[in-house]
Amino acid sequence: MTYALVDCNSFYASCERVFRPDLKNKPIVVLSNNDGCVVALSKEAKNIGVKMCEPWFKIKNSFTNKGGVAFSSNYELYADISSRVMQTLEYSAPKIEIYSIDEAFLDLSGIDQCTNLERFGYECQEKVKQWTGMPVRVGIGPTKTLAKAASYGAKKYIGTGGVVDLSEKRRQRKLLSIMPIEEIWGVGSRLKKHLNKMGITTALELADTDTKLIRRRFSIVLERTIMELRGHPCISLKEHPATKKEIVVSRTFSRKVTTLESINEAVSDYAARASEKLRRENQYCRVVSVFARTNPFRLQDQQYSNILSCKLNLPTNDTRDILHATKMLSRRVYKKGYNFIKAGVMLSDFYDKGVYQSDFFIPDSKRPKSEKLMRMIDKINANGKNKITFAAQGIRKPWSMQRHFQSPKYTTNWDELLTVK
Amino acid sequence: MSIKYLGNASEGNFPLIKIPYFLERVPAGWPSPADDYVERPIDLNEHLIKNPAATHFVRVSGDSMVNAYIGDGAILIVDKSIEARHKSIVIADIDGSYTCKRLLTKPRICLASENNKYGKIFIKEDEKLEIYGVVIAAINIY
Repeated sequence: MTYALVDCNSFYASCERVFRPDLKNKPIVVLSNNDGCVVALSKEAKNIGVKMCEPWFKIKNSFTNKGGVAFSSNYELYADISSRVMQTLEYSAPKIEIYSIDEAFLDLSGIDQCTNLERFGYECQEKVKQWTGMPVRVGIGPTKTLAKAASYGAKKYIGTGGVVDLSEKRRQRKLLSIMPIEEIWGVGSRLKKHLNKMGITTALELADTDTKLIRRRFSIVLERTIMELRGHPCISLKEHPATKKEIVVSRTFSRKVTTLESINEAVSDYAARASEKLRRENQYCRVVSVFARTNPFRLQDQQYSNILSCKLNLPTNDTRDILHATKMLSRRVYKKGYNFIKAGVMLSDFYDKGVYQSDFFIPDSKRPKSEKLMRMIDKINANGKNKITFAAQGIRKPWSMQRHFQSPKYTTNWDELLTVK
Repeated sequence: MSIKYLGNASEGNFPLIKIPYFLERVPAGWPSPADDYVERPIDLNEHLIKNPAATHFVRVSGDSMVNAYIGDGAILIVDKSIEARHKSIVIADIDGSYTCKRLLTKPRICLASENNKYGKIFIKEDEKLEIYGVVIAAINIY
């Protein structure tokens, strides 16, 4: 087997650069919802000392004085660029697994017979850059875990030009010997602690550990990681994403929310959005949950956090049924006298259409036109402008998030196209 | 044996179930001779966009390209996967902003406007010319 991991360099920051040539080599940060803290940063921003998750208000002055540029998150743009990158990769390899918004595994079996893998890596990098404007690195190896490790090497060592091929055993061992264990795919900080205690600090030391011992002390999952590090493929390519098990829509409010009306409005808005996502997955849900909490960083405030769920009689994906449930739940979650900062809706216990036990006492066709109506609503709202909404979602939405530094939606909105002279 | 009258069975205690007599519609007469010739309506995307992953829309501001039939406010279809050649209309990075020009590689590399009011921009030997993409069509709305 031969796998490649293609990973975008500083994805969010690079998306902001695609349409802004003036930002080349400038420090860029992307801020979380409500412009709270740094969620992504370019290499240049890292070099001037900005760290992930730092609150924006703390670094604002020094960052802008050093010529840095900040953006509010523009998820419409990021999603579009991501899908363009993935489409381009589909031209390059017969099988791909979209692993996250900015990473994909390619199955290169067979390709190694026709071309030099390292050259393939550079060509792939060049093509993605040319077609989409996105800089990527490519890690190649006989297993997915080694492809990930190769990608780590490509990121860490500039001399590689962003492409590392770990087909050769000698090169695998060389890189693994200088790779800290926490950088291995699937090894987190908790495992790191335990492994460090056993005297295992590098990836190579882990690869050379007895698998029986690891299975006894940890799990079969870590044993599999070791096998993969040794070059025996245990994790295959997943071409079709697993169907979702739950859908969560939650947001931090732009200001503290104290009234039941506002909580209701926000929760209804998230519920409508969640129902829309549920229908896109062609699923029906039976359990609806609502949660809300105060701001734990405001130490002077009384703290409160709660989640409540209810089970519906029949699985549904009709926004009206879900709104009915969330309204009932948010009334119970809400407590007077608290400053709420966040609320959310979770849908779970999914069923395929028609694959559930109907209730003897409740006719299935309670809403014979439900499907048609929902399809029509989704069609009208497909452009993202939300032209029709349920009254419960509110109109002014003073609690909704604020994004003061958002770039235009260059690729998804006719009114925000790039302008050239 | 004694009997007791409970009521009439058809008096609304049971839901009425309609059973269709024919499961499929039986066509009478000749089928339309046009049926075999039904085609999809013409799709402009199909005609204009060859590589969706690499294609962007860009709006023009100004009159520097009018002689190439690109007016103020026109929407350009830009394909990033096409290699720019001599005489290609391109979107290029000039001093940190994207500009629409005609690329000329002979006798010297330069970016030319399509309007006599504006001059040519020559690219020096040691300068790097960055091309964002090649313009494959312009949509002027009158």
